Amino acid sequence: MNYLASIGSYSMMVVEVFKKPTKWRIMKSLILKEVDELVYGSLGIIIFISFFIGAVVAIQTALNLTNPIIPRSLIGFATRQSVILEFAPTFVSIIMAGKVGSYITSSIGTMRVTEQIDALEVMGVNSLNYLVFPKIIAMLFYPFAIAISMYVGIFGGWLAGVFGGFLTSADFVSGLQTDFVPFHIAYAFIKTLIFAFIIATIPSFHGFYMKGGALEVGKASTTSFVWTSVVIIILNYILTQLLLG
Amino acid sequence: MIEVNNIHKSFGDTHVLKGITTTFEKGKTNLIIGQSGSGKTVFLKCLLGLFAPEEGSIVYDGKVYSDLKEDEKRNLRQEMGMVFQGSALFDSMTVAGNVKFPLDMFTKQSQSEMEDRVNTVLDRVNLVDAHNKFPAEISGGMQKRVAIARAIVMNPKYLFCDEPNSGLDPKTAILIDDLIKEITEEYNITTIINTHDMNSVMQIGEKILFLKDGLKEWEGTKNEIFKTENEAVTNFVYSSDLFKKVRQMYIEERN
Repeated sequence: MNYLASIGSYSMMVVEVFKKPTKWRIMKSLILKEVDELVYGSLGIIIFISFFIGAVVAIQTALNLTNPIIPRSLIGFATRQSVILEFAPTFVSIIMAGKVGSYITSSIGTMRVTEQIDALEVMGVNSLNYLVFPKIIAMLFYPFAIAISMYVGIFGGWLAGVFGGFLTSADFVSGLQTDFVPFHIAYAFIKTLIFAFIIATIPSFHGFYMKGGALEVGKASTTSFVWTSVVIIILNYILTQLLLG
Repeated sequence: MIEVNNIHKSFGDTHVLKGITTTFEKGKTNLIIGQSGSGKTVFLKCLLGLFAPEEGSIVYDGKVYSDLKEDEKRNLRQEMGMVFQGSALFDSMTVAGNVKFPLDMFTKQSQSEMEDRVNTVLDRVNLVDAHNKFPAEISGGMQKRVAIARAIVMNPKYLFCDEPNSGLDPKTAILIDDLIKEITEEYNITTIINTHDMNSVMQIGEKILFLKDGLKEWEGTKNEIFKTENEAVTNFVYSSDLFKKVRQMYIEERN
């Protein structure tokens, strides 16, 4: 029953976010600030992780290719498929659920604890629109970060594969071009956009409706990370079945 | 003027407000006192429209809050100023940014008009050199003054203060009390203060409402509180030795 009540509250929150919009002049600066905090501020960790995961995928594939009949270009093919289909959109989103999600929950939760949200409400401001809407719009830029993740991941795979002596650059590029399905890119970005919405709203929900003090802010951040990850993983399965199944 | 008619508020099985009826007059500092758990904060949040009472009505200068449409409620809230216990200043904004916020949100004033108004209210609360500081960089007393400046920047009809003196030294607490009283008279607003501070009661309590277990136990002025024979009030107000002596002296003087 608690889960159902939470889903109901979450749905009502999402509806409320789009009501009584804040003045565009103010909203514009809030959106730019959130793009900087949520997306631009995450590029470093996304690039770092993507590079090494791409490299590891290439090495693992190379080490498991023991059959001489299988062409070495499969390393490039496997790296591309892993990075584009799953690693960049899903794995990075789970990392973002931790980094961005905990930031969102703790910042909104702290505002709740220190009565800043009550202050907004008393003034007649739609606090959900003021706090959550800019985050949702900022996360529309998240696919750009994922595009960079895809590029860097594949680059990491190429670097590890070629300079690790597992295959030639030509083999890797050939593998990258083998059986390329453009829709896979669309599939990855559709997933990314949906995950972006989840990353912006579920942590906001946990921060906005939290009760208690500083300790509960920490607990809410942990809970929000767990639930954001769970929802991303379940949606990943459903979207994969719907779009590729 | 705010008229409260028989309001009830419960949370689950806990009946917090059990039928409070009272009136808060314009241009006066109205104080709500009572022990922790007596329902003061819930009562104040009902007055602010943050909690909806299950029964009864709250009337703001003839407007029954529960009868208003959502937009009308938001408009009414723009006529309210609130000073929170912890000041509730926005951490990410400077002092000037905090005070300018309601003007930015709800008026069509130009930047220079807004800056003029911000300077006026910050001068009024005696904050002159703190415009560009962040809340974390100023003292608790200064934060309270910024909160008061933010609350009055829109020329509110109603000013609500939740424990405005908590965490302040006695001297600063008196300054804040005096400031609230002066602003109430100057702007002719209805001010309601939720407090535990007996100095405030004695100093600025033009009307005092004493709550006990969710009910109005007593109401009167700061002069009447000296004379009252209500045991719950005297036990609460004169719980400290200092105030017991003050009362004793008052009674002896009267006799």
